[in-house]
Amino acid sequence: MINKYYIERTAQAVFTVFAVVTMTFGMIRLMPGGPVSYIRSQLVQQQGNQVDMEQVNALVEVYTNVAPDDPLYVQYLEYMTSLLQGDLGVSMFYNDPVTMILASAAPWTVFVMSISLVLTFGLGITLGAVMAYIEGSRFDVSTTLVSIFLNSIPYYVMAIVLVYILGYQFNWFPTGGRVSSEVATGMNLAFLQSAFYHAALPIASLVITGFGIQALAMRGNSIRVLGEDYIRVARLRGLAPHDIALRYVGRNAILPMYTGMMIAIGFMFGGSVILEEIFAYPGIGYYMFRGIMARDYPLMMGAFLIITIAVVVGIYVADLTYGKLDPRAGSGGGNREAY
Amino acid sequence: MGTVKRTEETDDRPPASLEETIADGGTIAGDEASADTPFGTVSSGTMSRRDRYEMLVNEWVVAPFKILWSDWRARVGSLIILAYVLMGTVGVRVVDPPRVGEGDRLVSPFEDLSHPLGTDNMGNDIFAQIVHATPPMLEMIVAGAVFTTVMAVVVGTLSGYKGGRTDQLLMTFNDILMTIPGLPLVIVIAVILEPRSPWLVGVIITVNAWAGLARAIRSQVLTLREESYVEASRLMGISTPQIVMKDIMPGLMPYILVNFVNSARSVIFASVGLYFLGILPFTELNWGVMMNLSYETGGALYTWETAHWLLAPMITIVILSFGLILFSQGTDRVFNPRVRARHTSAADPEEGDDDMSGEVATHIRG
Repeated sequence: MINKYYIERTAQAVFTVFAVVTMTFGMIRLMPGGPVSYIRSQLVQQQGNQVDMEQVNALVEVYTNVAPDDPLYVQYLEYMTSLLQGDLGVSMFYNDPVTMILASAAPWTVFVMSISLVLTFGLGITLGAVMAYIEGSRFDVSTTLVSIFLNSIPYYVMAIVLVYILGYQFNWFPTGGRVSSEVATGMNLAFLQSAFYHAALPIASLVITGFGIQALAMRGNSIRVLGEDYIRVARLRGLAPHDIALRYVGRNAILPMYTGMMIAIGFMFGGSVILEEIFAYPGIGYYMFRGIMARDYPLMMGAFLIITIAVVVGIYVADLTYGKLDPRAGSGGGNREAY
Repeated sequence: MGTVKRTEETDDRPPASLEETIADGGTIAGDEASADTPFGTVSSGTMSRRDRYEMLVNEWVVAPFKILWSDWRARVGSLIILAYVLMGTVGVRVVDPPRVGEGDRLVSPFEDLSHPLGTDNMGNDIFAQIVHATPPMLEMIVAGAVFTTVMAVVVGTLSGYKGGRTDQLLMTFNDILMTIPGLPLVIVIAVILEPRSPWLVGVIITVNAWAGLARAIRSQVLTLREESYVEASRLMGISTPQIVMKDIMPGLMPYILVNFVNSARSVIFASVGLYFLGILPFTELNWGVMMNLSYETGGALYTWETAHWLLAPMITIVILSFGLILFSQGTDRVFNPRVRARHTSAADPEEGDDDMSGEVATHIRG
């Protein structure tokens, strides 16, 4: 049963990537004024009067993996094959293979985002549980208000405020880059320190503006669970309070938060475009933004694909752990009655 | 509940009982009837048209408003939202549009009465800019929130209630959409399409934002459809659309409303973010455009002199989204049947909603 769930889930993840790639192809190729026609007109302009269409098309193919003169299905097949070979085209702005640029950027984005995610949910769940247990207390009321307020600040506004005040005005934090240039790359302490130092503000802007809503969600879930009959039964059975708190309340209250977490994964990775631009932090989002500004479609589309794949993988992993936590997840799906 | 009259068709018991019922206001009509004939007495009471309208108004307008007003969060939230709506409708008529050079450059806020929030580096009044950026923002928010909610409700309820093939198909499609990170997708579409109309921007921003909500609504429906009253309706042979509308939807309303407000907030976040990055074309004034200009102006980040220019639009956004969250937190209670019933029967703004008051739940549905 469980195995079937895993297989289905894996198939779904693969299918999602496939669908996204197909969609990207559609956007590159079919949209009026889209990348292919844009690059083509750019190249035609560059060459002036002696336009050699064959040469132009060949260049378009190098950049985008799409040969504009072939029949559509051939273009699609070629595009798919080159993607499977890890070829995302060539950046027009940097004149490097897109795969190379993004491969060096991706770990940094994953680094920032995964720490933010863990901190946001760790903080949110802990705080929410505490708030629920002392529901109605002064701490609960004031924390609720603060949570709501922090949640109403867009993360990029927080980012601007942080970089403006702590970065530019007080010089307490770096205003750009991944690590200090004086540090040797490698797994040494100085490198790690520098990496965390540079990632501190981006992480802070996501966590400060994000944990509040998770705390409120956790609080709501816990209060609801605390009112359930099975909690009363557990108490009557004389189970230890911390057993009830962890195994009954905690588990049942955390499970619904998985949906929130999956949305947060997409939200954070997607947000990297704005966030990394503000902090000049060369991750995937930063390059995507560079690609947009320079009308460098191969880079833009490549970054879009990589961000999407990162999110698909993140959600996939979250889903698998959900299956571990919730025994109902494996069996519940298929055998509901259809009306 | 008003007076209840017996109809001859549904009840053929002696008239003595009719007078009896009228005498005590008809409240025990159901109990009496069930004592005599256990079946077919559910609809023995009918109301005059006027009563029905009164009840409807009471149930859908007066009661929600009273509950809303009794909760301070909803009260503050709706006042904030109202202020922004007024700013976008009346404000743009009262405040003159900003003009280049109408004041000195970079006037500090709260110093000059004619420029309450100061001016930017071209002498434009910042307050006027903020006010005149409101209408397109509101259009964007409405477009995005309506699009999200409608899509999510349709897909979510259909998928959750129908189950089987429909569910599988819709959810596969839904999951793909949900997985694609919203902002990059919106950016890619925005770069290629370059939308100018605020309505279109609103829809593009929520192009896949509804998928998450659809899934959440679906799982709510999955819980609701196992409820005994839904099963009862199904056994009575009531059609699926009827069940969805009458039995499922009321249970979803709080969820939908709260999420309508939440998606309004995410439209603000995303659109301002995109304008800030300069990805959407600068056709109209926007708070994000203001942020972009103040942020990108050379050396602005190294001095405090431009701080007000950068902060004014940011604070504007934060207050609006604070209002929206407060409102959504407050409205959470409006559709909660237990709180609601208390207000429908007696206009008594009582606190607390977690006690079991079984008798009022029947009142609502009856």
